[in-house]
Amino acid sequence: MSVQTAMDEAQVDQAQADRASTDQAGTGRHDPAYNFAYLDEQTKRMIRRALLKALAIPGYQVPFASREMPMPYGWGTGGVQVTAACLEPDDVLKVIDQGADDTTNAVSIRKFFQRTAGVAVTEATGEASLIQTRHRIPETPLTEGQILVYQVPIPEPLRFLEPRETETRKMHALEEYGLMHVKLYEDIAHNGAISTAYAYPVKVEGRYVMDPSPIPKFDNPRLESPAIQLFGAGREQRIYALPPYCRVESLDFEDHPFEASKADHDCDLCGCGDSYLDEVIVDDEGGRMFVCSDTDFCATRRALGHAGRLSGEALA
Amino acid sequence: MIALSDVSKDFVLHNQGGAVIPVMAGASLEVAPGECVALVGNSGAGKSTLMRMIYGNYLCGAGSIMVGGLDVARAAPREVIALRREVLGYVSQFLRVVPRVPTLDVVAEPVWAAGGSRSEGEARARDLLARLNLPERLWSLSPTTFSGGEQQRVNIARGFARSFPAMLLDEPTASLDATNREVVLDLIREAKAGGAAILGIFHDEAAREAICDRELDVSGFAPRVAS
Amino acid sequence: MTPLLQVDGLTKRYGARLGCGDVSFDLYPGEVMGIVGESGSGKSTLLSCLAGHLAPDAGRVVFDTRAEGARDVLTMSEPERRMLGRTDWAFVHQHARDGLRMGVSAGANVGERLMAVGARHYGDIREQAVDWLGRVEIPADRVDDRPRAFSGGMQQRLQIARNLVTGPRLVFMDEPTGGLDVSVQARLLDLLRGLVREMGLSAIIVTHDLAVVRLLADRLMVMKDGRVVEAGLTDQVLDDPQHGYTQLLVSSVLLV
Repeated sequence: MSVQTAMDEAQVDQAQADRASTDQAGTGRHDPAYNFAYLDEQTKRMIRRALLKALAIPGYQVPFASREMPMPYGWGTGGVQVTAACLEPDDVLKVIDQGADDTTNAVSIRKFFQRTAGVAVTEATGEASLIQTRHRIPETPLTEGQILVYQVPIPEPLRFLEPRETETRKMHALEEYGLMHVKLYEDIAHNGAISTAYAYPVKVEGRYVMDPSPIPKFDNPRLESPAIQLFGAGREQRIYALPPYCRVESLDFEDHPFEASKADHDCDLCGCGDSYLDEVIVDDEGGRMFVCSDTDFCATRRALGHAGRLSGEALA
Repeated sequence: MIALSDVSKDFVLHNQGGAVIPVMAGASLEVAPGECVALVGNSGAGKSTLMRMIYGNYLCGAGSIMVGGLDVARAAPREVIALRREVLGYVSQFLRVVPRVPTLDVVAEPVWAAGGSRSEGEARARDLLARLNLPERLWSLSPTTFSGGEQQRVNIARGFARSFPAMLLDEPTASLDATNREVVLDLIREAKAGGAAILGIFHDEAAREAICDRELDVSGFAPRVAS
Repeated sequence: MTPLLQVDGLTKRYGARLGCGDVSFDLYPGEVMGIVGESGSGKSTLLSCLAGHLAPDAGRVVFDTRAEGARDVLTMSEPERRMLGRTDWAFVHQHARDGLRMGVSAGANVGERLMAVGARHYGDIREQAVDWLGRVEIPADRVDDRPRAFSGGMQQRLQIARNLVTGPRLVFMDEPTGGLDVSVQARLLDLLRGLVREMGLSAIIVTHDLAVVRLLADRLMVMKDGRVVEAGLTDQVLDDPQHGYTQLLVSSVLLV
């Protein structure tokens, strides 16, 4: 990323280390009322087997026996089970929801694993060994050895066009993916361009078509990554994965190529021009601001002295 | 071109106690290219039945029906279809068409079916309909609503849209006025001159005399009913 | 000439009951064959077995494929058979909603088969879709409407366009005019006749409507209790029926 090259790497490390020092260090002990990371060992082994199969067949949806978790479906039960199966006592965990570390869902899941696994937690992307995410890929490039776990609501990219599971499985098996383009065709016919903005379908290693979970299509190019990427859908009982450096192509038409779009603004807090932005309504008069959706990325930049249009103002 | 040998036919009515009705036995005839032969005989003597058997519309009980080298009595359906498309034309008394198809298309269809171009078929259809004095305002309408005489002229135009080496004509001049009757006779003369072997039923005695080379009484083909 | 389709001893049982028994026939390029019979006669079972939607218990269905010549469809792998279903074969259902995607536009319905065989240029796909809508008499300005907004006759014509866009060689039709008003039927029949002639299509049409087969089919098979009781040229079978059941069928038609 250009932002990364613009910054002095040592400075970045320092800024992140400063912020990381405020995070709670791992206790090394978890609440003894629970097995390590909540799930029993047999369940974790079952999930790990599914993960290994998923990594061996990139983009293929592996069924697994999803367990009841102490949270409702839709709150990340799939991601939590995958995280539980991957965690080791010396892991450093980061949890984000739409890029933010401080939202209810992210905080709850982080606390859940602090209590049940006693692992260290962080908000710094670079320091985390395992990151559980909902709907974003962190702006800071991931590195080898890191694991990114996605929470997935509906793993089947063909679902809205073909309701029968028996049929969609056949379509994957036989590589019959014409239907995916029907959806993109409809977009162009009705909107003049491919209007699918998130959960934009991709083809993995030239074989399986995969739903990258509801990340913005801005993030799609970063699906090709040195990190291991794991996808868990709890309600739908499916796990799939992208091993490091595997080929991920966003579907498109020759005359309507894929574009990773974002709001045409700079971040109002850190001034970054090429990060993914959230639009925030700030008053009742239509006032609005654009801020990085990745809170860690934005905070790190601000700590380094970058400033945006509104960074001087006091924010409620 | 057309040669029948010892042809016979029974109807078996399965839903009426399996009644067997013999309608023809020992029928033999020949029509050479450029020749026009009229079938004669009383009503019910089997003239139309014989024509239908030659066309493959009725199955043949026994004997052989050679048309242009093909034995219709034993031919596979697709061979009969090819024969009708390429060799054997038929002008029946009744017009059977898809409702709502324009007259021009009805007449041009045999040309298209034989691989002729759209314009070729239309040009031929226009020419024939004009010769048969069918008002041009009717050409774009479906013939299903036409009068008997108009329908008959559409039927004849369709039958003559292609020049076949063999033709079956079932009452081609029925319900026509004198002018159009003359046009039809001209069409038949042209077909003859072109070398077509023609077998026909003409109740119109004058027409028969005008164009037919000989007559053939089908009464001789009536089966001997055991008395 | 090689037959396009050779069917030999095709049999399908539902437990003790016979779906269709020992059906054999050849279909040649450009031929249209009708299959008639009353409900339960086995004609739909036969069509499903031929089209690969149902696995028969015995028999062979040999299709003259473009790439490899004669192949028994029943011993093909499923991917091959499904590929055939998207390319050389087409299936027109009685109810348009069984053959259309009701949730996507008319253009996408026609374009799907193109995209399924690899078309990836939006402009080209759309151009072909509009062209086909025109050929089945659907105005170009309806290309982005969903089939739900179409009349029954239009839906059926859209289904035909969707099926024919990839230039198939064999079309299976299950009661293609069933459930339509007679006036709409006539137009559809004429359309089908024209397309069959222009594209040199072969077709197998299952129907209980004798008028439909008289106008569309060159050849006819009559089925009763799972068996073919009579077969031949369409006009011959209808005008000079040999089997008692066919005689009953033909004499039962109401005339108007």
